[in-house]
Amino acid sequence: MKAAPALAEGFPDLSGMRLAREPHWFRWFGAALIVLVLAAIARAFAGGQIEWSYVSRFLTAKVILEGIVNTMVMAVLAMLLGIVLGVVAAIMRLSPNPVLRSVAAGYTWLFRGTPLILQLLLWFNLALVFPTIGVPGLGSARAVDVMTPFLAALLGLGINQGAYTSEVMRAGMLSVDIGQYEAAQAIGMGRLRALWRIILPQAMRVVIPPIGNEFIGLVKATSLASVIQYPEVLHNAENIYYANSRVIELLIVAGFWYLLVVSVLTPLQMLLERRFARGTMRVAR
Amino acid sequence: MTRPLVAIRSVCKNFGEFQALKSVSLDVWPGEVMCLIGASGSGKTTLLRCVNQLTAIDSGGIWLDGDLLGVREQGGRLHRLSERQIARQRLKTGMVFQRFNLFPHKTALENIVEGPAQVQGRPLDQVRAEAIELLRRVGLAAKAESYPAQLSGGQQQRVAIARALAMKPMLMLFDEPTSALDPELVGEVLAVMKELAQSGMTMMVVTHELGFAREVADRVVYMDQGSIVESGQASDVLGAPREARTRAFLSAVI
Repeated sequence: MKAAPALAEGFPDLSGMRLAREPHWFRWFGAALIVLVLAAIARAFAGGQIEWSYVSRFLTAKVILEGIVNTMVMAVLAMLLGIVLGVVAAIMRLSPNPVLRSVAAGYTWLFRGTPLILQLLLWFNLALVFPTIGVPGLGSARAVDVMTPFLAALLGLGINQGAYTSEVMRAGMLSVDIGQYEAAQAIGMGRLRALWRIILPQAMRVVIPPIGNEFIGLVKATSLASVIQYPEVLHNAENIYYANSRVIELLIVAGFWYLLVVSVLTPLQMLLERRFARGTMRVAR
Repeated sequence: MTRPLVAIRSVCKNFGEFQALKSVSLDVWPGEVMCLIGASGSGKTTLLRCVNQLTAIDSGGIWLDGDLLGVREQGGRLHRLSERQIARQRLKTGMVFQRFNLFPHKTALENIVEGPAQVQGRPLDQVRAEAIELLRRVGLAAKAESYPAQLSGGQQQRVAIARALAMKPMLMLFDEPTSALDPELVGEVLAVMKELAQSGMTMMVVTHELGFAREVADRVVYMDQGSIVESGQASDVLGAPREARTRAFLSAVI
């Protein structure tokens, strides 16, 4: 047996040494610059014509709190409607049946193709087209009584949201490997069961970040419902400043609540993502 | 006189211009283990997928257990079966894929339980007990609660075999079950398949594992360019091939 050759000289042992910390001068400089700019903006607002006492007074006013509750109720209900419509439309888009495919494509085309505010106004003014709404044999009612601001906002926001959500859902389903669909077929599943049990749960993982995006967009889009008298937070803030002329103060109040709601939603989205990431982690929990 | 479990008659399949199957006819008898070999593009995987109706044939016919697959003859014409009827016909076959295709959002046990519980609607406790027994049979009783991503390729493929067996199929189809595996993991999957063959299961196996074919197969079918070139006992086809094309393939592979 040959002995192993001795290691060559000239390569010192580095095992005891640690990496030095670098000073990163540019980072410190950049951070200082940003703090300065922010301070200047804050100073400008503090010295500007804003009565901060009005902001703090109205921040928790009953009308404003009711407004943010109405905003959230509308956003959640419209999103649920949007998700249901979106899943149905996405499944129809991926169907082999050309009639179903066309209906779904037409739905997306129509409701993505017109402005949301226009759709809200159309729903709210539906009474101009159909003075009475009813099901033959079940009775009817005057459209003005049925089409309340709440219902008009829910239909307008939810159906519009469904058109966008359907594309997100379709992208999610397309992202699932075709082998998953074949494996589901191979154990005797039909198309719908395979979609529901196998494809959609896997699509959810991909779909949640953009759906979170859509929901945040929808929370803010509820403010458009102020034009049809739905008492959400912006609408109520407007009503107050029509009376007391403290426009900027009340807009800051409304802005604060929108920011707060969106800040709470982000960690909620992370929780959901973790729930649907089940099985993708290599290490057992 | 018994009848073949699978009867394939004059089956053609084109993908665009490409002729994947050119009038293939073949019988698989109950209890038989058949290995399909051949170069990639020879049509062996397509033939297997046609038997499971994952690919629809263009012409010809396939009978499984006496039933014509995918279509119904009426008044001199063929009418396509509904999706539900095709799904019911699929229940007689179990399929094992090259890339496993386990459901990643379900544990090993849930993967196996899914078919019997959801499709066949059998009671869950009974199905679970059978699933655990199947996991034991493929040597993975300890991995019931693991997700596919936590299993090695060989373990995933053994779960996939158990998943297919859970439907109590009459025929097991294997589409290159060891081709996606690291070499050291091939043996454990082949061992499970060998045990299954010895238990009397009828099997169609598309494979490149000639050693497995020689040892386990009752019959070896060599395919090339969408046709069956040679078919016979494993020792004959692999040991003393009659056709020049078979000899060329075998010498290239070994």
